[in-house]
Amino acid sequence: MKRSHRLGLPAIAVMTVAVCTVAACSSGGGSGGGSGNSSSAALTASAPGITATTITIGSHQPLTGPAAPGYSEIAPASAAYFAYVNAHGGVYGRDISYKYLDDAYNPTQTATVVRQLVLQDNVYAIFDGLGTPTHLAVESFLNSQKVPDVFVASGCDCWNNPTADPETFGWQLDYIREGKILGQYIAQHFSGKKIGYFYQDDEFGMDGVKGLDDEIPHSSVVSRESYDPTSTNIAPQVAALRASGAQVVVSFSIPAFTALLKLNSLKLGFSPTLAVSNVGSDPITLSGLLESFAKQGGATVNGNALTTGIITDGYTPSLGDTTNSWIALFKKVHDAYDAKAPFDGNVLYGMAVAYTFVQAMLKAGRNPTRADLVSAINGGLPQGPAIAPYAYSMTNHAGVTGAYIGVISNGVLQQKGPVLTTDTSASGTITTYSGTEPQAPASGIPAP
Amino acid sequence: MTALSTPRVLGAALVTAVVVVILSIQLNTFRDYQIAEIAIEVTAVAGLTVLTGLSGQISLGNGAFMAIGAYATALLTLHLNWPFYVVLVVSALVTAAAGGVVGVAAARLRGPYLAGATLLLGVALPSLAEAYPGVFGGDQGLDVNFTTPGFLGVNFPLTRWQAWVCSAVALVTLVLLANLGRSRVGRNWRAVRDDEVAAALAGVNVARARILAFVVSATCAGMAGALLAIVTGLVAPGAFTITLSIALLTAAVIGGLGTLPGAVWGSLVIVLVPTYATDVATSHGLSSSVASNIPVAAYGAVLIAVMLVFPQGIQGAVRWIAGLLGITSARSGRLVSAPEGDELPPSRHQALLTPGGDPPDPHEKEDTQ
Amino acid sequence: MVEFLQFTLSGLSFGMIYAAIALSLVLIWRGTRLLNFAQGGMAMFTTYIAIEVIHGTGSYWAGFVVALAAGAVLGAVAELAVVRPALGKPELNAVIITIGLLILIEGLAGIFYGGQYRSFPAAFSVIGLRAGSTPLGVSRFDLFVAAAVLATTLLLAVGFRYTSAGLRMRAAAFNATVARLSGIRVARVITLGWALAGLLGALAGVLVSPSTFLFPNSMDSIFVLGFTAAVIGGLDSPLGAVVGGLLLGLVLSYAGGYLGSQGSNLTPLVALGILVVVLMLRPDGIFSGTRVRRV
Repeated sequence: MKRSHRLGLPAIAVMTVAVCTVAACSSGGGSGGGSGNSSSAALTASAPGITATTITIGSHQPLTGPAAPGYSEIAPASAAYFAYVNAHGGVYGRDISYKYLDDAYNPTQTATVVRQLVLQDNVYAIFDGLGTPTHLAVESFLNSQKVPDVFVASGCDCWNNPTADPETFGWQLDYIREGKILGQYIAQHFSGKKIGYFYQDDEFGMDGVKGLDDEIPHSSVVSRESYDPTSTNIAPQVAALRASGAQVVVSFSIPAFTALLKLNSLKLGFSPTLAVSNVGSDPITLSGLLESFAKQGGATVNGNALTTGIITDGYTPSLGDTTNSWIALFKKVHDAYDAKAPFDGNVLYGMAVAYTFVQAMLKAGRNPTRADLVSAINGGLPQGPAIAPYAYSMTNHAGVTGAYIGVISNGVLQQKGPVLTTDTSASGTITTYSGTEPQAPASGIPAP
Repeated sequence: MTALSTPRVLGAALVTAVVVVILSIQLNTFRDYQIAEIAIEVTAVAGLTVLTGLSGQISLGNGAFMAIGAYATALLTLHLNWPFYVVLVVSALVTAAAGGVVGVAAARLRGPYLAGATLLLGVALPSLAEAYPGVFGGDQGLDVNFTTPGFLGVNFPLTRWQAWVCSAVALVTLVLLANLGRSRVGRNWRAVRDDEVAAALAGVNVARARILAFVVSATCAGMAGALLAIVTGLVAPGAFTITLSIALLTAAVIGGLGTLPGAVWGSLVIVLVPTYATDVATSHGLSSSVASNIPVAAYGAVLIAVMLVFPQGIQGAVRWIAGLLGITSARSGRLVSAPEGDELPPSRHQALLTPGGDPPDPHEKEDTQ
Repeated sequence: MVEFLQFTLSGLSFGMIYAAIALSLVLIWRGTRLLNFAQGGMAMFTTYIAIEVIHGTGSYWAGFVVALAAGAVLGAVAELAVVRPALGKPELNAVIITIGLLILIEGLAGIFYGGQYRSFPAAFSVIGLRAGSTPLGVSRFDLFVAAAVLATTLLLAVGFRYTSAGLRMRAAAFNATVARLSGIRVARVITLGWALAGLLGALAGVLVSPSTFLFPNSMDSIFVLGFTAAVIGGLDSPLGAVVGGLLLGLVLSYAGGYLGSQGSNLTPLVALGILVVVLMLRPDGIFSGTRVRRV
């Protein structure tokens, strides 16, 4: 979706003339990274996708098809944040034009739309490409074309591969780290109890289980049930979990299946303690899904009652923490530019990763080349809306490194305990992060 | 098509090859990629149109055969590192064998029962990849490495080479299928399609003909799958959903069922009428969910409209226009070819979906309702 | 043992939904010799209409009734506008038209109602029933689902056999030419058949959406399994549709339960396996007539 707030035509004409007379455009003007030039330096077309007035970036997203519900909210939220930035001066005066195309979660279609974006539309970078199998289909293409492939929307740890794929960067907390952090909490607080796993039968669930197994003793795990997201009949799996006597169920599921897990448990009179991964535990989404049934349940009146007590993790501030400066900022942006969507976890995600992109672009300099963006991130990015630092460096392309454990109470995630950081290896320790989260900038736009 | 003899078919193929080479050099890299995509679809759709149009067996599962070809290619390239032309042949053979198995299983099935069985095949087979992730790479799939050969030099664009390879395979497939269609095998297929009992009485081995049709169709789909693997570089179950199988059948019918030019028209439609183009819609300020669904709704409407306006598919319309212009020979103007033709006269299509039952008579006109 | 009971009951519950879809496909097949690929999509759309009514009026039953009525109307409209013109043309054209209709409906649902998950209420409590202290794995709502589908099937069966409208439908399906000669308005009967099928599909949509959540593609996999059930049972037999649906639901439930952590990946293959086994033995479905081809 293109949202470009173009300056009036006369202004464009003037700037174009100015650019041409400076005649510095042929080899990509900006030097690496430095923003030390005076703000009067002319803006040039320093790279494909960058003109004097616009930065064009592209993405592939599942906007239609079975994988669309939920995920299709992310790109409009990012676009909303970019619209906010554009309305407040842009990136060094340039507007960000965000063009995201539908791949229906089909890797073949991803390959086609990304090639269109890169080869035909000449985007500067691919931002927030969503999905693991889908993005894997284009990762080597983007790297061979030397197109920055930033902040992939997937928790696979495969994006952290700087030697083979130097253009590719992850962003969100990966599933193995998440499994370890959740697993450690479970192992500490429920030692001796019987644990059951419920997980999506793809890399999201399996990586999560890998992390869990690093921390939870194998003897405690009495049942491992997987589900296929194309089949909503999970009654057999829940019955099997119940039959195994699991007292705690750890679920690496998307929100729809967390809700189904809850519903099927109700049907079977099964009430284990439920721990859910971050993706599947967004309280607003879950309450919405469970709402119709909470009314049936008798005494309860809203879906929140069915989500209370769910243990989960978070790597961005909780949506319910209205005093948090980031939540206040993103709520303001949401209400102004994306008001139709509910202000839920997906929207928060979209805006947080868009903020990070603007941080990186500002660091890349006034007239950045594609390589400038990559070096900017390799030089490390300051912590933004995430509650733990990014791992970005020349040798590490992973994003957020930690999370806090929280419990849902009354439709809101409440943090319990400190932020914990770790790595993806089985033996890597989990340490408490003692830093504090920075405040959101007053203007809502990162400092250059 | 049937009036063309081998030299004319080969001539047409050579001309097309030259045109493709010229286009691939003149057009930009993205168009080269689209040429490769179209060629892949043509290979698969040609096989399906032969199976459904010539031998009368409906298949909603040819995407599964493409998956088999693609995974075979990925595994062979990954573990044995053979050159692509060898891998292509072996993948085709593997898929042909699978086609034989399916053909045998489907030999007694007719109409909707065959449709149901092939539909479920198309749905279920890719989940094998997820059930055995150690071998098949699971949800994330397997990478496929494909580079330009050394003799072309370092600067030859990969997409152009991919376009050439895919077009070559597509053209060879079309030529071979054209010959097959005009041979005894093709005549047997048409006989079995039109009237099984009469064909059996005339000495045609009905079972063998039907199974052979499945083998041929699967081979084409397998080769298309192999090409898809080298062009996209990744083989994952998400690429072989039932949507693919349905798109293949749609392309075959829209283009003109049973005709090879129809396979080309249909492939052009499904590749070039994109379902992801949100640009036109979003530039009018529509919300994302509206904008992204407009192309989907439009595609559905286009399918309905084309089928209502051109009942014989695009190739039928082309022939009609050619007839109006006086280009075709004795059959000018008539959409219904002689029984030897590739196209199906309306009454013959009943054989596809009606396993011997008595359908409402299509030629009766209804009173006003 | 308790598990087995739970698997059985939940399998029957989903099986009822497959049976409803299968029945609607059988109705259309018998009337027009067509496979209606848009059946699931139409059911999804009418369920969206139901949700809007429920939110507007606050009454579940108002939404329920409107959904069924909308299903009937949608079925009739689809037949008149899109399928009727294709009769007499090559038959696969009508199949492609229904596929186009499916895609169109899914696109329209995304446009009008958005692509996000919507929660759909259940008519009755979803809390599980117990026998003593053992949970049975069914809820009052599941019992309602079974009752609704069985009641509708019974009504249809009775209607076909004992009413003159039913007789006309059976005559038209059996031999349209002779029926026409007897004065039956075959076209009207066909439209009625599609309307009834649309109603059945809408019923299935309303009954299954609490368990699947509602989104434009929510009925896709239900449709595939309903179609499989119809094929298993025999496309000419309404009884076959019900039996096929229940059989499929049961076997898939057992597979999901007993195959452990691989169950979710293998269930589609199990479904394919059942289908192959049944069709090997009876190529026209379990309740087919005696026309078996020896090849």
